Amino acid sequence: MSFLIGDGMTGGYGSADILHDCTIAVEKGEIAVIVGPNGAGKSTAMKAVFGMLPLRLGHVRLEGEDITALTPQARVAKGMAFVPQTQNVFTSLTVQENLEMGAYLRRDDIRGTMEQVFDLFPILGEKRRQPAGELSGGQRQQVAVGRALMTQPSVLMLDEPTAGVSPIVMDELFDRIIEVARTGIAILMVEQNARQALNIADRGYVLVQGENRYTDTGEALLANPDVRRSFLGG
Amino acid sequence: MRNILLFAAMFAALAAVAVFQSPTLAISIINLCLISAIMALGVNMQWGYGGLFNVGIMGFAALGGVAAVLVSLPPRPEAWSAGGLGLLSSGLALVVTGVIVAQIRKRLPASRMRGLITLLAVIIGFFTIRAFFDPATDAIEALDPAQFGNIGGLGLPIILSWLVGGLFAAGAAWVVAKIALGLRSDYLAIATLGISEIVIAVLKNEDWLARGVKNVSGLSRPVPYEVDLQEAPWLIDLANTLSMSVNELSSIVVRGGYAALFLIVLIVLTWAAERALRSPWGRMMRAIRDNRDAAAAMGKDVTARHIQIFVLGSAIVGVAGAMLTTLEGQFTPGSYQPLRFTFLIWVMVIVGGSGNNWGSILGGFLIWFVWVQAEPAGLLIMDAVTAGFGEDSAIRAHLLDAAPHMRLLLMGLILLTVMRFSPRGLIPEVIRR
Amino acid sequence: MVDILNALVLFSNFVLIPGLAYGAQLALGALGVTLIYAVLRFSNFAHGDLMAFGTMATILVTWWFQSMGISFGVLPTALLALPFGIAIAAVMSLFMDRAVYSFYRKKRAAPVTFVIASVGVMFILNGVVRLIIGPDDQRFADGERFIVRARDFEAWSGLSEGLALRSTQAITLVVAILIVIALFWFLNRTRMGKAMRAYSDNEDLALLSGIDPARVVMVTWIIAAALATIAGVLYGLDKSFKPFTYFQLLLPIFAAAIVGGIGNPVGAIAGGFVIAFSEVTVTYAYKRFLGHLLPENLAPDGLVQLLSTDYKFAVSFVILVVVLLFRPTGLFRGKVI
Repeated sequence: MSFLIGDGMTGGYGSADILHDCTIAVEKGEIAVIVGPNGAGKSTAMKAVFGMLPLRLGHVRLEGEDITALTPQARVAKGMAFVPQTQNVFTSLTVQENLEMGAYLRRDDIRGTMEQVFDLFPILGEKRRQPAGELSGGQRQQVAVGRALMTQPSVLMLDEPTAGVSPIVMDELFDRIIEVARTGIAILMVEQNARQALNIADRGYVLVQGENRYTDTGEALLANPDVRRSFLGG
Repeated sequence: MRNILLFAAMFAALAAVAVFQSPTLAISIINLCLISAIMALGVNMQWGYGGLFNVGIMGFAALGGVAAVLVSLPPRPEAWSAGGLGLLSSGLALVVTGVIVAQIRKRLPASRMRGLITLLAVIIGFFTIRAFFDPATDAIEALDPAQFGNIGGLGLPIILSWLVGGLFAAGAAWVVAKIALGLRSDYLAIATLGISEIVIAVLKNEDWLARGVKNVSGLSRPVPYEVDLQEAPWLIDLANTLSMSVNELSSIVVRGGYAALFLIVLIVLTWAAERALRSPWGRMMRAIRDNRDAAAAMGKDVTARHIQIFVLGSAIVGVAGAMLTTLEGQFTPGSYQPLRFTFLIWVMVIVGGSGNNWGSILGGFLIWFVWVQAEPAGLLIMDAVTAGFGEDSAIRAHLLDAAPHMRLLLMGLILLTVMRFSPRGLIPEVIRR
Repeated sequence: MVDILNALVLFSNFVLIPGLAYGAQLALGALGVTLIYAVLRFSNFAHGDLMAFGTMATILVTWWFQSMGISFGVLPTALLALPFGIAIAAVMSLFMDRAVYSFYRKKRAAPVTFVIASVGVMFILNGVVRLIIGPDDQRFADGERFIVRARDFEAWSGLSEGLALRSTQAITLVVAILIVIALFWFLNRTRMGKAMRAYSDNEDLALLSGIDPARVVMVTWIIAAALATIAGVLYGLDKSFKPFTYFQLLLPIFAAAIVGGIGNPVGAIAGGFVIAFSEVTVTYAYKRFLGHLLPENLAPDGLVQLLSTDYKFAVSFVILVVVLLFRPTGLFRGKVI
């Protein structure tokens, strides 16, 4: 029984299905990564888990509770957090205000959580009064992740967090994500940089045309010659 | 089939007015219905074909009105000799300023310096223009101000002004389009709203042009005068056979004459608009409206097409404006109100069915009919509703006074209801592939 | 020296003070337009008539207070009635939102659909206002008319030019400053205000953060109605209340919002003053002003008026056009969708 599982998901936006009996699961404190070629339905699978795609078949369960019918907003209240690939910060709000908005649903004292985020991403503490729109791409991603962490989620979902950032920033971002996972949060992420992502993944899903092609630990997938040849460029 | 029924119902309503109220009233309403339909046709071109949101209809209609004045008034050589030279000089100064500014912007590299020089040129130009313009207009306005005080007209048949009005409106529309069409739709709306207010302000204040708020009345007519008709033997005979009074018949004939002329214009414009809609040009316009980016990607010059259709639509409104002034026989800048001349036309287009010419025509007829008849109806309703208050109750008196404003409320309700429950209007756009 | 002082007093009296008051009124109006634009993403053509409606409500309550003998001492009774007017306008706005706009929001209709719907609302509000209070001029300012009278000032200063400060002008400025401070405090310091800014910035992300769009929209309408009513009442106190004039204010208000950068509150305020001062300075006759400053033989004959007062709409329009041409996002970079 996985902590969060999208089980046998089938569905799409119009009449044609994009996902076909696709299953994605993640445990607490684990990092699960979805990889695959362009147009494989990676982001779609993630959106389906978050309730942003109508499902024809299949279920999404969080801690055994069926949440298939819930809206994304209701899932946020259940402890799921989502970081979109683009437009994932409020550009005209300051860094601190971005974090406050992340904690909008919380009525308790959020200062402790904010300090934790600043400990995780020290640069955000330095730039807390600066509008997020003025930050560099990597710093924005940190704001986006920080905003999502402000809800104190049990699951953090990231849609290509390293898109458009330099390799050095990417490594650093992955380090931070590992740190987040160590605190017991389940992390589900879609990645374009498959090799690096599988390196840090406890579990990897290789999707092709909306179906599970390979599912294994990150290590095993990296070692699998078929996966290497087809998806990791040898 | 449904459409024929709708039009039939409309004419039945007009016929009912003829029977129960009076034939003269019916024809008066029809005349304004025809003019409204033409205006709606023009706006429908802009909105229905092109998706352009023009809220400056009033200004274009007023430009048509001033064309009627300038074409038909007898010439006044004395005014021209008093101020003509000054007017021409100020016009020349305007052109020269324009050329200089254009040259500055073309020749000099973009910089703060260029901005300052442009500003300086504009300021110098402004005062040069004023130096010629002020004495000239003062001189013209001083000539026999009680009766004239303006530059007069060309002394041509007023019916020519319908074309000229279209040209005036087209010219103004071209300027607006050049400025605002590349921008967002909301900005076009604000820009057109602004230009229409300015046109009205100019017409109200530039007495030398069309006497401003002193109004021009007694414009010449494209149809005979009642008094002349009343002496015509054929009319007297006809009146006898119909057992009508000569007075009533003569006014029906005169209004009928206007109606015939307007109808011809409406038919010609509708025919042309329908042809245009079905032509490759019309298909392209709709393609641009429905997906601007895709059309642009296919190499269509979206802005140029938009300018084209905006100018065309405004020209039609200008024609209708000239017709309106012709019908009224007078030009009264103070009577141009945005609710009546801009937003009412919008109600016509939306209710009739945007994108469909027949819809606009029906909308023009229907909404004008409701607008006119809402006033007596509102009075009747108010009278009935407040009857319980007693004859001399203050509330009753106030509500009876206010009854005419009911129709604004009614128009809002009609517009919102149609938008909500029948967003494509009474006669929806026909989607052709 | 005296001449320069005289010129300055004259300028303050006829340009500076009226410009400040008018600018404050436009700024409040433009703030309402810009907030609606930022949150609901359309240009609200009914804003002028919402101003008229709120002002009418305030006038009716004022009359009622006056008939009961309630007064506000030296201040106009209308200020006492203002909160009631705001409440009535807010209820009306929320009703219109429920009845009209919410439907299109659910359908995610194009902005221009909202604009046309706002034309319908404009007709309705216009009709309601004329139905209830009629189309005529209403003056409802009472209390002390002047803070400084021109004659007293002349006697006190010994200058030939008088400086008058009408109490309505002072009230306009004080109220406007208080309102703007309160608004900015709300937007930048409160949870709801920040949520409004977040929603305006990025609707989808706001939803992901759990911000309730219905509440944001409701608060926005309440604030817009309050700003419209306050702007309308201040304008009416300063000049007079006439439904048609309020409709015409739409143009300078939109011009102010766009010139400042639509969607940007700071821009709306700056835009309001830019438009107001342009209108006043361009239509002011400088004859007497220059008469004080220039030597006698150079004193101008004409009025030295750049444009006749009737063209004040043209001024806001020209500024609008210039800004649109050279800086479409406005002075303070608003959002251009």
